[in-house]
Amino acid sequence: MKLAKRLQSLMLGVSLMAAAASTWAVPDIDGGPAVNEITFQKPVTQIADQIYSLHNMMMIICLVIFVAVFGVMFYSIFKHRKSAGHKAATFHESTTVEILWTIVPFIIVIAMALPATRTVVAMKDTSDADLTIKVTGMQWKWGYQYLDGDAKGVNFLSQLATPRDQINETAAKGDNYLLEVDNEVVVPVNKKVRLVLTANDVIHSWTIQRFGVKQDAIPGFVRDTWFKAEQIGTYRGQCVELCGKEHAFMPIVVKVVSDADFKAWADGKQKELAAQADDPNKTWTIDELKQRGEKVFNTNCAACHQTNGKGVPGSFPALDGSPVVNGPKADQINVVLNGRNGKMPAWKGVLSPTEIAAAITYTRNSWSNKAAENIVQPAEVVAASK
Amino acid sequence: MSSTTVDHAHDHSHGHGHDDHHGAPHGWRRWLFATNHKDIGTLYLWFSFTMFLMGGVLALMIRTELFQPGLQFFNPEFFNQLTTMHGLMMVFGAIMPAFVGFANWMIPLQIGASDMAFARMNNFSFWLLPPAAILLAGSFFVPGGAPAAGWTIYAPLSTQMGMGMDMGIFALHIMGASSIMGSINIITTILNMRAPGMTLMKMPMFCWTWLITAYLLIAVMPVLAGAITMTLTDRHFGTTFFNAAGGGDPVMFQHIFWFFGHPEVYIMILPAFGIVSHVVPTFARKPLFGYASMVYATSSIAILSFIVWAHHMFTTGMPVTAQLFFMYATMLIAVPTGVKVFNWIATMWRGSMTFETPMLFAVGFIFVFTMGGFTGLILAVTPIDIQMQDTYYVVAHFHYVLVAGSLFAMFSGFYYWAPKWTGHMYNETSGKIHFWASIITFNITFFPMHFLGLAGMPRRIADYPAQFTDFNQIATIGAFGFGLSQVYFLFFVIIPTIRGGKQAEAKPWDGAEGLEWTVPSPAPFHTFEEPPEVK
Repeated sequence: MKLAKRLQSLMLGVSLMAAAASTWAVPDIDGGPAVNEITFQKPVTQIADQIYSLHNMMMIICLVIFVAVFGVMFYSIFKHRKSAGHKAATFHESTTVEILWTIVPFIIVIAMALPATRTVVAMKDTSDADLTIKVTGMQWKWGYQYLDGDAKGVNFLSQLATPRDQINETAAKGDNYLLEVDNEVVVPVNKKVRLVLTANDVIHSWTIQRFGVKQDAIPGFVRDTWFKAEQIGTYRGQCVELCGKEHAFMPIVVKVVSDADFKAWADGKQKELAAQADDPNKTWTIDELKQRGEKVFNTNCAACHQTNGKGVPGSFPALDGSPVVNGPKADQINVVLNGRNGKMPAWKGVLSPTEIAAAITYTRNSWSNKAAENIVQPAEVVAASK
Repeated sequence: MSSTTVDHAHDHSHGHGHDDHHGAPHGWRRWLFATNHKDIGTLYLWFSFTMFLMGGVLALMIRTELFQPGLQFFNPEFFNQLTTMHGLMMVFGAIMPAFVGFANWMIPLQIGASDMAFARMNNFSFWLLPPAAILLAGSFFVPGGAPAAGWTIYAPLSTQMGMGMDMGIFALHIMGASSIMGSINIITTILNMRAPGMTLMKMPMFCWTWLITAYLLIAVMPVLAGAITMTLTDRHFGTTFFNAAGGGDPVMFQHIFWFFGHPEVYIMILPAFGIVSHVVPTFARKPLFGYASMVYATSSIAILSFIVWAHHMFTTGMPVTAQLFFMYATMLIAVPTGVKVFNWIATMWRGSMTFETPMLFAVGFIFVFTMGGFTGLILAVTPIDIQMQDTYYVVAHFHYVLVAGSLFAMFSGFYYWAPKWTGHMYNETSGKIHFWASIITFNITFFPMHFLGLAGMPRRIADYPAQFTDFNQIATIGAFGFGLSQVYFLFFVIIPTIRGGKQAEAKPWDGAEGLEWTVPSPAPFHTFEEPPEVK
């Protein structure tokens, strides 16, 4: 009795919680999942469209078989029961029937796989692309580099734009919660875009469901895939291969725009990059480096080492008070450039020499750190990279 | 005693003065030094039930965090530990040892053997498990926490972990050794110790499915050991098996892992097929339809299971021919699996059925497991799989086959054989409550996950876009219901059945067949000291 009462109040509590939570109205968002969507998101490429139809076909065939088979079973359950006075038959073999229900399913499964074959072949055909983009998965962001076309040379990092306080429940959640990034990938509509994917640290996986694309990004190897979006719009996905603690927080957003808009975007982006490009031979003051370094640190390093430099005991070492950070600068430059133990990623080629110099200078002068060699110039990083 | 094909009846209940030292030992010595297959079976079953409850608590913690978008209870590092450890504990701690427990109890009784072939090795293979479980559970308390790379421990994420991963690897090594020894024991027992007259094709289905499972285990557990040993040396001894910088390949880990992993899923379901193949004929009061084809279907599934592993890896990028090969091979598995389902239904057809709890769980198994089978067929189609890889659709699929499949079959087996084990009948009303509560809450938990996966929700994420909220809330509510149903099972079924209840007859089910029903309930400490004659 007592237990039953407790159970009741527990169930009441749970249902109240459910009611309270669902009062917050969530909108459908462009290019992401609809609220309570029960099937694939609406396709915008031919491949995704084929997959959508394949799935519908499979669902229908499976449902028909399911209803037929379990129709028989439930008929039997209701008719052939002892309480209904049914006497058991004794048959226990029939070679004809057995051959029949081996051959027929065999034909059905082959018939199911045949139409999929065409799609498999089409999905693997990455030839004759109009545009190639290199995608690099990193803990926990995506790097994009345009290898050819109007935007050749454009490269940027793309990471979660949702503020931390929304995740930690100290602020109301935005509409695009967890499906928004600071820099979107921009591609032209109706153009075959080839992606070549790799990763820096562990395996990640890049997907946009509406394109019918999902490809693992594998460290040390290159894989490719392609899509040809047929509708202008913004499309959203998330990293789908477990990649460590921030796995839930590395979304993918692709903006499909008209040709003209793509050219304009590419042009603007190239100019912006040219303006931003730091001359690695420039000599900086310590305050300039610290200021720049704080930004670099917070976007790239704080996920593991934390903004307070204390790290996560047991997983990620503290920089505050670290002998490497407070010791000779050559060691720290080496660790940042080349990584360590497979855990600390190599930043050479990911961040510019100026950014690396700034981040190192920042760590050497922050929290309780007062390193003797307290400033690192970009030129030293360039020298050490050689 | 009921009618029986055996003439020895229960000669052992008169004591056996000729071997005094074989009397049942008492106290802790009985369990620590156990060499009796029934005691070891009991140990296995209690061990696996304990792990099942622990893994279940982890699952409820996962569902609690996922009740709402945002991070409320656990940080993402810990969340990843929860998903990983839930998987490892359920697969290696709960399902596999539970089936070995069933095998220990039932195989000697079903083939008329006095015990398992290697009684002391049997003891050792059980007592390896608690240290492994302690390593596994203890990893939560070391710096860096438990393994957090998913139960598949894909490199190179697994090379990044703290020492918890090493403990996990050692635990897997030990459990693997235990499984291999268990399998050797089972194979030897089945092949050499069958009662006179029991040819292989007269053997009960549960023994057949376990024989095939044991071969699968011996074939693939060393493969897993290889994969995790390479992970271990990559982590500590500077090898680069899975590190491209040193000439290795991270995807090779996946190939090796799934070469183990896919037969592994059949290791977890074939004995379940065996149990259901006993329960359905018993309660339909009609012999199993197509016994021979059941044996061939089981063998075909086992053989095919070695050539489908890469369907877990369609998104890693492989040549188009490989994708097509693995798609077609995977689709083929549906054929023998279908044969089994048809055979069970043909067994029920024109029977004289009653629906005691074992039958309810068996029918529930057939119904819900088949849904998991169909989603498996859908996932086998490469383009669809690519769309669903690593989403909740996959989570729904394998919980339909592992919970509604393996677990429900084990519940069915428990209710079916508990009278033989305990000597008491369980309470039928309690059993029925357990069944209906389990099957309803199971579907509330896992059915919405199909929708989440189709809409694109990745698995193993601690936080999700708000569009997925409602289905996650339904799943969480269902999960707590399912968890409570299993607590009910412990306190209102298992314990009362052990403590007392209606005295069970030697053959409590009028439609049951087999040697296990020729010995009294509870089965005496020693059975079949004189082998029975099977006609």
